[in-house]
Amino acid sequence: MSTTQELVAPPAPAGWKRALGKARSNPTTAVGVVICIIIMAAAILAPWVAPYDPADQDIFNRLQPPSAEFWLGTDQFGRDILSRLMWGGRISLTVSLGAIFAAAIIGGAIGLISGYIGGRFDLFVMQVMDVLLSFPSLILGLIVVALLGPELINLVVAIALTAIAPFARVARAPTMALKERAFVEAGRALGFSHTRVLFRHILPNIMSEVMVMGTLWLATAVRVEASLSFIGLGVKPPTATWGGMTRDGFENILDAPWLAVFPGLAILFLVLGLNMVGDGLRDATDPKLRNE
Amino acid sequence: MTAPVLIVEGLRKHFVAKKGFPKPRTIRVRAVEDISFTIHAGEAFGLVGESGCGKSTAARALLRLIEPDAGTVTWKGENVLTAKGAALKALRRRMQIVFQDPYSSLDPRQSIGSALMEPMHVHGLAEGQEARRRAGALLEEVGLPPAALDRFPHEFSGGQRQRIGIARALTVEPELIVADEPVSALDVSVQAQVLLLMQDLRKRRGLSFLFVSHDLSVVRWFCDRVAVMYLGRIVEEGPAGRVLANPMHPYAQMLRDASPVPDPARRGVLPRIIGEIPSAANPPPGCPFHPRCVHAMPQCSQVMPGWTLAAGDNQGGVACHLHG
Repeated sequence: MSTTQELVAPPAPAGWKRALGKARSNPTTAVGVVICIIIMAAAILAPWVAPYDPADQDIFNRLQPPSAEFWLGTDQFGRDILSRLMWGGRISLTVSLGAIFAAAIIGGAIGLISGYIGGRFDLFVMQVMDVLLSFPSLILGLIVVALLGPELINLVVAIALTAIAPFARVARAPTMALKERAFVEAGRALGFSHTRVLFRHILPNIMSEVMVMGTLWLATAVRVEASLSFIGLGVKPPTATWGGMTRDGFENILDAPWLAVFPGLAILFLVLGLNMVGDGLRDATDPKLRNE
Repeated sequence: MTAPVLIVEGLRKHFVAKKGFPKPRTIRVRAVEDISFTIHAGEAFGLVGESGCGKSTAARALLRLIEPDAGTVTWKGENVLTAKGAALKALRRRMQIVFQDPYSSLDPRQSIGSALMEPMHVHGLAEGQEARRRAGALLEEVGLPPAALDRFPHEFSGGQRQRIGIARALTVEPELIVADEPVSALDVSVQAQVLLLMQDLRKRRGLSFLFVSHDLSVVRWFCDRVAVMYLGRIVEEGPAGRVLANPMHPYAQMLRDASPVPDPARRGVLPRIIGEIPSAANPPPGCPFHPRCVHAMPQCSQVMPGWTLAAGDNQGGVACHLHG
């Protein structure tokens, strides 16, 4: 039997492991992974490795340039920039990860159910999603935060809301393709409920698409969070946020440029790293590129 | 003759689509127009016809994988088309389906063992170690090692996957298997193995089969009785030997003449088939076959032929003006 010629070449299943292996062999992705790991490690380990307390004001060391004592300098209150960056990363990552996690679950479920049911229901749901999609992320985030107030949880809600529609679209398309496959029919013929078919058989097959989308949208979420903080709608001071630090630094941009430059670079590198990882994962799971 | 297990009467399935802008036109594809047949216990009933004649749609409609528009389907006295909830679930246990494409019939992310144990769990037949033991035994029954339980579909060839598909259908201990072109996606050498397996299971387990195929030689070998479908209708029905060797309907004759005969002396005398199957969205009036029929008479394009019984006992019948 093992020598049987296969008449139809089956597309090998995407396979999360395989995709990861492929992503690892791509140098761009590897760089992205390293950047993300460094930033995440710095944020997670901030309470233990940050040289100073992020809120500690040291009036004798105001606006110090980068030195051996203060690696990235100090701000106008004498607070250590490096420590504040590490603590600010925690806010950025918490908000972004929370928002994308929520958006992936809610948006993914909407797309999955809408694609599976199809017909008028699908049409209606997708048009609602199109309306959501027509707002730029920042504008939608602004509206929500302005309405609910600049709290961490509201930021998560605001950013999640902007990301639901793309996740719904990404989950819907493969669901529509998968529901026509014979194994879904086989499940129905075997007496499986729609819920079982949907969550036990279709969901595992669309996970890789949703995960790739998640990585790419994480970068957008970081950017939106930073933008909202920059315009003063983020988590309130004195809590350190990258966007807030960039804005505060603007007041002294000419005599102490490091105040704005370092948080700006932090945002840049995290967004860049996440995009590199996302692109690599997307290429690795793209059926058109998979066999190359 | 044994008691009938499945009775299908007047089954119909039309697909309606709206097309066009700004003035949408309604297109009604009459995939299955009017199908009636009976399958007895332990019998293999063949449904043959060209691509697009509605044979797969009929098979799916009677299993309610798509909802038929009209007709009745009766399983041992129970109405299949009105069954709901637990009753439908119980009926689904009795009738199972084996698909044409072994590459899409298994969930690529589910191990073989999980695929075989899940139906047992859903129907409360077995759990845990007992389910695993049963799944292993089923794999052995279809000719695969029980070690295959922990592997995934992409590790198997087409023929092996088709065996797994058969094993999965057997997990719920069905009495009837609807085989929808079960071997047409396979290599000829593998076709024979899978057919032998199904024949073996049929004898050992006393299964009934609804065997959908366009391959007459396969149907002749596997089936007791056969129905020839054309454009959503059955045009001839009867014992496989009689219908495939001495068909009465001109379409059945054409099918018989078009299938290759393993005899070098008859090489090259295959008759050319006239025309193509008409669109089911716009079927011709009268007998659906008349535009392609060499014996077409004036009445064929106006009057739908009735059902005429063939001479002799249990020789089936035909829908054709030549015999009516």
